[in-house]
Amino acid sequence: MQTANYFRLEGPYLRLEGQRCSACGAQQFPPRTACRQCRATTFEICTASSIGTVLSFSEISSPPAGFSSPLVAALVALDDGIVIACQLTDVDSDKVEIGMRVEMVTRLISETGPEGCLVYGYKFRPQLL
Amino acid sequence: MRDVYIVGLGLTPVREHWTFSLRNLGARAILAALADAREETADCLYVGNMLSGQISAQENLGTLLADETGLLPIETCKVEAACGSGGACVRSALLAIAAGAADRAIAVGVEKMTDVTADAVAAGLATASDQDFEASFGLSFVGMAGLLMQRYLHESKRNRADFAPFVINAHKNALTAEHAMFHSEVTLEQYLRCPMVAAPLGVLDAAPVCDGAAAVLLCSKEALKPHHRPIRITGSAISTDTISLASRRNLSSLSASETSAKKAFTQARLTPHDIQLFEPHDAFSIMTTLALEACGFAASGTALDMAAAGAFAPTGSLPICTFGGLKGRGHPVGASGTYQIVEACLQLRGSAGSNQIPGVRRAMTQSIGGHGAVAVTHILEA
Repeated sequence: MQTANYFRLEGPYLRLEGQRCSACGAQQFPPRTACRQCRATTFEICTASSIGTVLSFSEISSPPAGFSSPLVAALVALDDGIVIACQLTDVDSDKVEIGMRVEMVTRLISETGPEGCLVYGYKFRPQLL
Repeated sequence: MRDVYIVGLGLTPVREHWTFSLRNLGARAILAALADAREETADCLYVGNMLSGQISAQENLGTLLADETGLLPIETCKVEAACGSGGACVRSALLAIAAGAADRAIAVGVEKMTDVTADAVAAGLATASDQDFEASFGLSFVGMAGLLMQRYLHESKRNRADFAPFVINAHKNALTAEHAMFHSEVTLEQYLRCPMVAAPLGVLDAAPVCDGAAAVLLCSKEALKPHHRPIRITGSAISTDTISLASRRNLSSLSASETSAKKAFTQARLTPHDIQLFEPHDAFSIMTTLALEACGFAASGTALDMAAAGAFAPTGSLPICTFGGLKGRGHPVGASGTYQIVEACLQLRGSAGSNQIPGVRRAMTQSIGGHGAVAVTHILEA
């Protein structure tokens, strides 16, 4: 991850900032240049729900360079309807099941060596409360 | 739009080619396709490739291969649609001829993957995904396929073992295909016991990393010669879906695969029932399943039942992966789409040797980039 790109992604990575379309009201995450529903191009920032349900998961045996192992990937349906691709954390893969309730936490995502930056962003863990 | 025919076929064996580089492989396939059609040159050359910039630090592939084959100053460029690049370059060549801008066009898919480590290949393949919202979170390309497979298992209440017939069939068909990467059968036992790479997806669910190139020479009706054995392209379509899996409306159907197949069927005035042979994008066994359902060859949720009943074997109602598919022949990513088309043409010509499916007149190929993000469908008729 290049530092400049990480800077641009701070809103979605650290605060789950997506968009609400000023024209049709549709919510989307991640942010896009045009609305997926009506193709309008003006938006307000709209923070996605930080709680959701596991739609699917997979334990990646050999994670990419810069990522720690084991890596449990997941698709999570947030309570506002947004679906997000993410890592699960604080849980063993054999304890994960589809339908499990999870919540967002901010964690170290990757270390890309002396030339790169420490990338922090969202992961999801089993809901505590 | 003018009619377009395939008159020349060329391919290299799919291997770990230690002695051949990207340029050697691409050039050999081009020259073989020209020789097959007994043509000296063409009006344009489209190169399908995904990873050359990352793996071989080489772009400008059109010029590279034109120079390597002595085709300068031919019009040329590279076409990229991730793992669907091979299919996409054939569509570009078709468009040039259909539009009347060219009478003969070469499409070559080429990929050189084995010069670098598995990590570097994985990083390259991940560029087919959404870099900022999938790959940057450690979700590898194979990991995304694992997510699709897990969801399909959940929704259809299946077991992983139900995917085995696809893998067993692919390897069996590859046994007698000289250009295929693998010449070894896979048993159900081996499939069930293979190591997981992105559970529930095992190493035997995934097509191998390899090198290869395949090329076709396309021409207009006006450019056909008596010695040509033309195969007509009656359907050709590309459709797209969201680049990230998370944005899909339905995780158990491939809408790009469906819409590109529908467009191709409409152009060819055919239905799925008319197709006698299908070369799907079986990069992962879950992708074969989803593509068969999306294209209308199996009703939603029934592809695994049909596979268990032998419908997709050489003697079944719709033979697939007739030279091993991506799984058995190998998946040199940007070349796989052109291998599919060369293989379908061999079948339609009746030149498929031990792999011949008798009496094939209408075949379909589908090359997919990303996990269904872009799909390229071709219908070919003898």
